[in-house]
Amino acid sequence: MRLTINGKEETVSDVVNIADLLKIRGIETPEMVSVELNSEILNRVDFETTQLKENDQIEFLFFMGGGQTRG
Amino acid sequence: MKISKGILEMIYEQAEAEAPLEACGYLAGKEDVITSHYKMTNVDKSETHFSLDPKEQFQVAKSVRADGSDLIAVYHSHPASPARPSEEDIRLAHDSSIIYVIVSLENEKRTCGAFTIKNGMVTPEPLDIV
Repeated sequence: MRLTINGKEETVSDVVNIADLLKIRGIETPEMVSVELNSEILNRVDFETTQLKENDQIEFLFFMGGGQTRG
Repeated sequence: MKISKGILEMIYEQAEAEAPLEACGYLAGKEDVITSHYKMTNVDKSETHFSLDPKEQFQVAKSVRADGSDLIAVYHSHPASPARPSEEDIRLAHDSSIIYVIVSLENEKRTCGAFTIKNGMVTPEPLDIV
């Protein structure tokens, strides 16, 4: 299946849904990743149920956050 | 990582303007040279915490890519603590490919540090201010 992932066209196999894609990309903490599918941001709970299709455009990036030490 | 005095100055100015809240943003460029600075919204609006807005993150990521650059670093301010990753920073650092820059305003003194964080291990990143 041909996909555009973070702006690059790629051919992937054995990928059915978003969770599969993150797994083959080596993402160990999908709960810390935001995903945009065809310009729509997905809810993380939908990663396993959102099926991919030919020519989908996927963007993913890590949650960024933190904080200073209190006191 | 190389960063100009001008871009660093803009980050300090943002941090001072947004204090006591934490300020945050992205730094982009090519290889290890920072050429662009993107102020981001701290959606937590907190004095002790920050989170980037995913919608803004995607917009900046696409803009940086369209410019032929890469996202090199993410920065945030510590208005009242040192320029090093807190336990919370380390806990939430899941992107081992990005450099984490922290600017501190502790005791009204400007300091900064750059780090990579992988599997909870913090490694200082040389910061060349040019």
